[in-house]
Amino acid sequence: MAAATPRIIIVGGGLAGLSAAIKVAELGAHVDLFSIVPVKRSHSVCAQGGINSAKNLKGEGDSSWAHFDDTVFGGDFLANQLPVKQMCEMGPGIIDLLDRMGVPFNRTAEGLLDFRRFGGTLFHRTAFAGATTGQQMLYALDEQVRRFEAEGKVKKYEYWEFLSAVIDPQRVCRGICAMDLRSMEVVTFPAAAVIMATGGVGAIFGKSTNSVVCTGSSQGALYQQGVAYANGEMIQVHPTCIPGEDKLRLMSESARGEGGRVWVPKDPNETRPGKQVPEEDRWYFLEDWYPKYGNLVPRDIATRAIHKVVHDHGLGVQGMPMVYLDLSHIDRATLDRKLGGILDIYEKFVGDDPHEVPMKIFPGMHYTMGGLWVDNDQMTNITGLYAIGECDYSIHGANRLGANSLLSCIYAGFIAGPHSVNYAQNLAAAPANVAHSFEDEKKRQMEANTRLLSNQGTENPFKLWRELGAVMSANVTVTRYNEKLQETDVKLVELLQRYRNVNLSDKSMWSNQSFMFTRQLYNMLQLARVMTQGALLRDESRGSHYKPEFPDRDDANFLKTTKAFFAPDADEPRFEWEPVDTSLIPPRPRRYDSK
Amino acid sequence: MANKSVLFKVKRQATPTSEPYWEEFELAWRPGLNVISLFMDIAENPVTREGKPTTPINYDSNCLEEVCGSCAMLINGKARMACSALVDNLEQPLTIEPFSKFPVIRDLQVDRSVLFENLKAIKAWIPIDGTYALGEGPRVLPQVQEQAYELSTCMSCCCCMEACPQFNESTGFVGAATIAQARLFNMHPTGKVLKDERLKALMGDGGIQECAYAQNCVEICPKDIPLTKSISDVGGDVMKKAILDFFRT
Ligand SMILES: Cc1cc2nc3c(=O)[nH]c(=O)nc-3n(C[C@H](O)[C@H](O)[C@H](O)COP(=O)(O)OP(=O)(O)OC[C@H]3O[C@@H](n4cnc5c(N)ncnc54)[C@H](O)[C@@H]3O)c2cc1C
Ligand code: SF4
Ligand code: SF4
Ligand code: FES
Repeated sequence: MAAATPRIIIVGGGLAGLSAAIKVAELGAHVDLFSIVPVKRSHSVCAQGGINSAKNLKGEGDSSWAHFDDTVFGGDFLANQLPVKQMCEMGPGIIDLLDRMGVPFNRTAEGLLDFRRFGGTLFHRTAFAGATTGQQMLYALDEQVRRFEAEGKVKKYEYWEFLSAVIDPQRVCRGICAMDLRSMEVVTFPAAAVIMATGGVGAIFGKSTNSVVCTGSSQGALYQQGVAYANGEMIQVHPTCIPGEDKLRLMSESARGEGGRVWVPKDPNETRPGKQVPEEDRWYFLEDWYPKYGNLVPRDIATRAIHKVVHDHGLGVQGMPMVYLDLSHIDRATLDRKLGGILDIYEKFVGDDPHEVPMKIFPGMHYTMGGLWVDNDQMTNITGLYAIGECDYSIHGANRLGANSLLSCIYAGFIAGPHSVNYAQNLAAAPANVAHSFEDEKKRQMEANTRLLSNQGTENPFKLWRELGAVMSANVTVTRYNEKLQETDVKLVELLQRYRNVNLSDKSMWSNQSFMFTRQLYNMLQLARVMTQGALLRDESRGSHYKPEFPDRDDANFLKTTKAFFAPDADEPRFEWEPVDTSLIPPRPRRYDSK
Repeated sequence: MANKSVLFKVKRQATPTSEPYWEEFELAWRPGLNVISLFMDIAENPVTREGKPTTPINYDSNCLEEVCGSCAMLINGKARMACSALVDNLEQPLTIEPFSKFPVIRDLQVDRSVLFENLKAIKAWIPIDGTYALGEGPRVLPQVQEQAYELSTCMSCCCCMEACPQFNESTGFVGAATIAQARLFNMHPTGKVLKDERLKALMGDGGIQECAYAQNCVEICPKDIPLTKSISDVGGDVMKKAILDFFRT
């Protein structure tokens, strides 16, 4: 018999983790919630544009089925369809719930929810709260969790980092091993079930739109413990980012949803500032190539078009890898009301006012569709271990539609939460020898710490990281060539070799951030190989994965989920391919260029 | 301008109880540098201006776009976010210090959990009946949404508290951010139900009465939260409640 109140561990307090926490606490189980940063500071706050759901409040005849179809089609049919369908059906209910929780969604004159258009659909399906939808949603969930915390149903471990799962000899997950980021103490925690909600992998690409703690380290650690990692090669590059010294800041798709137009001067030697280039000298290439969707083609298509215009046509603004994203034709009041927050970001970090001048943007790494493999209940291939949110691979297939991630995070939390409680209530008692699994795991992690702290090598971990980011961004993003992918894997092996030779300039045992970063770097390197080799093996083009040598989708050979398993002796991934559930919508060619 | 450089000094502290000390750094200037990218450069090559090897600087950060509230510190004496502090807009040499009114963890990291505890004390949430399907939320006019939204973008950075002359150990003052959040939830059609309890939590020592209307908070807030307006609104409500309570007993 399981204990009366099962304990569930949730790792990560972004939208996915917090939604699971609310469900688990509501069902009467106890939550131990772990997060590197205070949960209110999780990466989900960055989401600007909005959240999709087919509420159909604009009289357009939108439906959950249409949302489902857009999502599957947008993902180029690589997603298993059943969970996608469920998510789209739950969408309207999720929006209503968020609304009841106090998310200040934008309103129509009648006081109803307002919706905007996003890429990859012809419907107004995206609810939004100013230009900080993710922040507003995260806060609403954070507040509900704080309420449960005050009632003693949730215990937060903030400034704690997940290091690994504790898995017993029968391959059942029994808890986690984590480290206090201040005292740097390594501790194991038992739990009836563990839910991973650790978000994205941006740091593997050096600079990206992701937040600092989105390293994918915990996914990399779990993969090395035997958890399957699926579709790792599916990486979304966002077409419109603001290049920066420390990160690539996103210019939300909502800028195009509200009428933003992408263009370049027709003359490669154009010297006039953007604003002064007259209409007839501008080339609105997206509107030209894709008359039906125009500036709102899906992200992969917009990204490749921008690359083509800059690299093949040589038309980058002032010879630089940049194009214009222009809002300056829209009146100031409308822009402030609908896009205020995101325009502030441009002004704050670039110094130009996008009300007045066209913004300069370029594509940047943004999102991973791939992630920990899960079944339809969000459970990984390790019993009792769940994964939800950006760190799981389901829903988005080969390409994610804008504003679908926030929905998928909450959906996954709402599936895994109740399921894990149910699982926990029916869990047989742990085997007597489970204590060994805890001791072994703790010992393994402490040894890794000692090794790293006593290393006397010559490599600076931050330099290794820059090299990792540079090679991954160059070769494993927009356009992929097999030769380059092979070179990348060779480079990753070299970096793993050099990693053994790192020397930490800070060897102290109190809140040592560079030590933690260096620990994460190892897992990042291992996961980078999964992405690179997965891309190498997929000889077709599908969604965000584009190989000029294989320009077409090849359903006969590759309508399959890539599953990577770590082979400890070889120290590299082994791959399997799993058929995709396409039982509801038969695959059809994915085209956005027809009228 | 090829060999322009950036000069800055950082107040460092190894542990919560050890003595603070200053270190000076000099880096090559590039366009578009912010304070965070200075720290990133140092991590790659941790040496001081005098060429002495040192350790990377410890600081909190996450979003790098001024929405998560992590990277608050004192830059040239002013409480602000390091990620949105562009070097070209700052006078050199830059001085960078941890917040002075919160316990230092290490270097520029401080413990700001007091704000989260305050939010608990004022029940800063909407007490929904449950997460099961209960239909749509209340209708809200756009004007009301806009007011709520403004308050709801507070990212708990604590700049307003650092800058407030009244926020110190002797007053135990909750600070402006908490009061603004009380106003946000009291405004909400459902959140209202806890209004009395929120006001009660803001009465007495350390409560709203400690505010001396110095307005530092509203000037420093990176998110332009209408703090003084919130304080006077909530202050009025607290006053009304105090009078009513007085006549009831
Ligand atoms: C700039 C930007 C804008 C976006 N805009 C939109 C949008 O408009 N609409 C949309 O649908 N999607 C958008 N997205 C995508 C969306 O924001 C993310 O996919 C989503 O927020 C991910 O949420 P999450 O809960 O999975 O993870 P996160 O919010 O990243 O949370 C991860 C959590 O895990 C914790 N964590 C990580 N590793 C560990 C560890 N080892 N130990 C302990 N804790 C750990 C972190 O502290 C954090 O609490 C955007 C993304 C970006 C980058
Ligand atoms: S008005 Fe002055 S005293 Fe009152 S909270 Fe703001 S800074 Fe503090
Ligand atoms: S009110 Fe402003 S300064 Fe204070 S915590 Fe909120 S965002 Fe920061
Ligand atoms: S890092 Fe998020 S506010 Fe600066």
